Amino acid sequence: MNNVQLPKRHYLNADYNVWSWLLSTDHKRIGILYMISLTLFFFVGGAAAVLFRLELMTPGGDLVLSETYNKLFTLHGVIMVWFFLIPSVPTVLGNFFLPMMIGARDLAFPRLNLASWYLFVGGGLFTVWAMLTGGVDTGWTFYTPYSSTYANTRVMLTAIGVFVSGFSTILTGMNFIVTIHTMRAPGMTWFRLPLFVWAHYANSLIMVLATPVLAVTLLLIGMERVLGVGVFDPNLGGDPLLFQHLFWFYSHPAVYLMILPGMGVVSEVITCFARKGIFGYTFIAFSSLAIAVLGFLVWGHHMFVSGQSVLASLTFSFLSMLIAVPSAVKVFNWTATLHKGSISLDTPMLYALGFIGLFTMGGLTGLFLATLAVDQHVHDTYFVVAHFHYIMVGGMVMGYLAGIHFWWPKMTGRLYPEWWGRFSAVLIFFGFNLTFFPQYLLGYLGMPRRYHVYPDEFQVLNVMSTAGASILGVGYLIPLVYLIWSLRYGKIAGPNPWQATGLEWQTPSPPPTFNFDETPSVTERPYQYSPWTPQTAPPPEPELAAAETTSP
Amino acid sequence: MSSHVAHHFDDASQQFDAARLGMWIFLATEVLFFGGLFTGYAYYRTLYTPAFIEGSRHLDLVLGTINTAVLLLSSFTIVLAIRGAQTDNRRATIALLAATIVLGTVFLAIKGYEYSVKFEEHHVPGASFSLGETHDEAVEPRHVEMFFALYFGMTGLHAVHMIIGVGVVAVVCVLAWRGHYTSQYYTPLEITGLYWHFVDVVWVFLFPLLYLIR
Repeated sequence: MNNVQLPKRHYLNADYNVWSWLLSTDHKRIGILYMISLTLFFFVGGAAAVLFRLELMTPGGDLVLSETYNKLFTLHGVIMVWFFLIPSVPTVLGNFFLPMMIGARDLAFPRLNLASWYLFVGGGLFTVWAMLTGGVDTGWTFYTPYSSTYANTRVMLTAIGVFVSGFSTILTGMNFIVTIHTMRAPGMTWFRLPLFVWAHYANSLIMVLATPVLAVTLLLIGMERVLGVGVFDPNLGGDPLLFQHLFWFYSHPAVYLMILPGMGVVSEVITCFARKGIFGYTFIAFSSLAIAVLGFLVWGHHMFVSGQSVLASLTFSFLSMLIAVPSAVKVFNWTATLHKGSISLDTPMLYALGFIGLFTMGGLTGLFLATLAVDQHVHDTYFVVAHFHYIMVGGMVMGYLAGIHFWWPKMTGRLYPEWWGRFSAVLIFFGFNLTFFPQYLLGYLGMPRRYHVYPDEFQVLNVMSTAGASILGVGYLIPLVYLIWSLRYGKIAGPNPWQATGLEWQTPSPPPTFNFDETPSVTERPYQYSPWTPQTAPPPEPELAAAETTSP
Repeated sequence: MSSHVAHHFDDASQQFDAARLGMWIFLATEVLFFGGLFTGYAYYRTLYTPAFIEGSRHLDLVLGTINTAVLLLSSFTIVLAIRGAQTDNRRATIALLAATIVLGTVFLAIKGYEYSVKFEEHHVPGASFSLGETHDEAVEPRHVEMFFALYFGMTGLHAVHMIIGVGVVAVVCVLAWRGHYTSQYYTPLEITGLYWHFVDVVWVFLFPLLYLIR
């Protein structure tokens, strides 16, 4: 291993001063900027969760007041949804690897890419400031009349922050779609695209088509608050249910923003660590598009008990069942990929397997909620909380961590410590299940969400959940420590430590500023692991050739 | 390779395709952005049909028609401006872009005049709203207020897009005057034109919905 060296010039040492980062239009540097800001937001949102989980240890309200409790779960929801989960995989890994995977030198609009980071950080810091100094108690959904007639907190400022960061999402989605359409390297046909790229294509469609509806909904709330126009106020002839329709027309597709990119990561990782071509490439690719399309047609299942007509509820119930099909297509194809593969349980693979299990559970309990009669019973209980955390945390956060570990050697040129990686992956899996499985039971027993006091008989399950949350918290801190440690002390990775097939692995780690010394020419389908055939032949460079021979 | 091709593109046509596709996608987001207001309009018009007819009768049909003509003409001038760039006719490009700016400004001025009349008549939603004389005695003033809320919301958002459009056309006009655009490179003109037509099309929907269906 000793003859493996870092390349002399790469995107990280191209320039050192602060402005070369803050004004960089290099998609890789912007990806790193996003990673740092997202990590900060993640731990702010996580801190709020720690506080309300502590509060829920006891049935009485003895740690915080009910108003504070409301502000804490709103802070947690707003930060985690808009400033961590939705941007997580696309803005960090998508930004960094989407151009590399298709053999491009950058995204189509590098300056817009930088602008979207500024919008994101500006909107995010503004939101955090508004929520920490004044707080918002509406929940992340901003339902009227909490956010209009009875608003007594900083609803408007928070909404402005979310509105601004929405433009960042739109610009990112637009950039990805244009890049995939126009910037593919010679030979990179649509059906040679890695599935990560397909997932991001579908995801970007949702980003550009759903986010503006959130923007206009927040604008209408603003009109109601500032101009006294009662679009959602029954006293003025408005209808509060219209708010819910508009909000969920955005937010249900946005739920898929919080899973599709993670699915893209898992498709890459599963096939690489099973050393076997992906099973059902075309089905996985099109199931992403199917999820994006169907995702726009299911929003009414959030309003089964809000006075929606029975016919509408039945239709939405049916469509919500239908969207389980493309999700199941993915899970079955991943499982089939594992069949007779030669599986190695490295850290990214552990996270990916965790993703499949937890996502399946979250998805199946989604079917319970899509059933009209069952939803009457579990609506707005902890069952719902557990369900979407299995998708968002068990799915998306696991997917994000799988991707971070998988591509860490490419981003930094160094390997993370494998033992610690596996240890924290397992710890996170157990901590997660201990936190959220009891919440399914709590919800089924009838504990409503968003209350800070509860009857005594729910205490045991709540204590289990809080204990799990503390394990989960430690689990998230360990990677933060060892990944930073590895920047200096990690083993040099070489260009292709996993013997993967994608274009991003056929260039030095860390990559040069323009990704490839020569535009790669793609000759192969992706995921040819047995026998191993990369999508393009690696460039014949002396220092790279030395690195190649060290691969196992 | 020409100097206006950015480092990450292979050639000018790839760059042109990327820019144009980007603008089309942006316009798709704009459709959805306006879509929320159109949904609100459709919903409340169904609920309060007589009140919406009453509200529509308080708008000035003549001014609305003139404005429609002005906007359609401005779309024509910007198309000819792009044609001017494609044929390397710089003088025509500048003159036609200037004409587009003038027409856009005329539209905004007429719209501003309409707004000021509405202010004087107390038709702006809020505490001081009053309907004045009604054509239909039975309508609930509060529901007409909803019509005006949507009228101001929709035309206001449209006007904001117009103001941005006039600004962007002014910038490309100055750049055209400095000789930035030739038949080899006129991407900014092309995508500005797309944006301008979109804003125009929004008005083509707003005009019948607000002024014509009575």
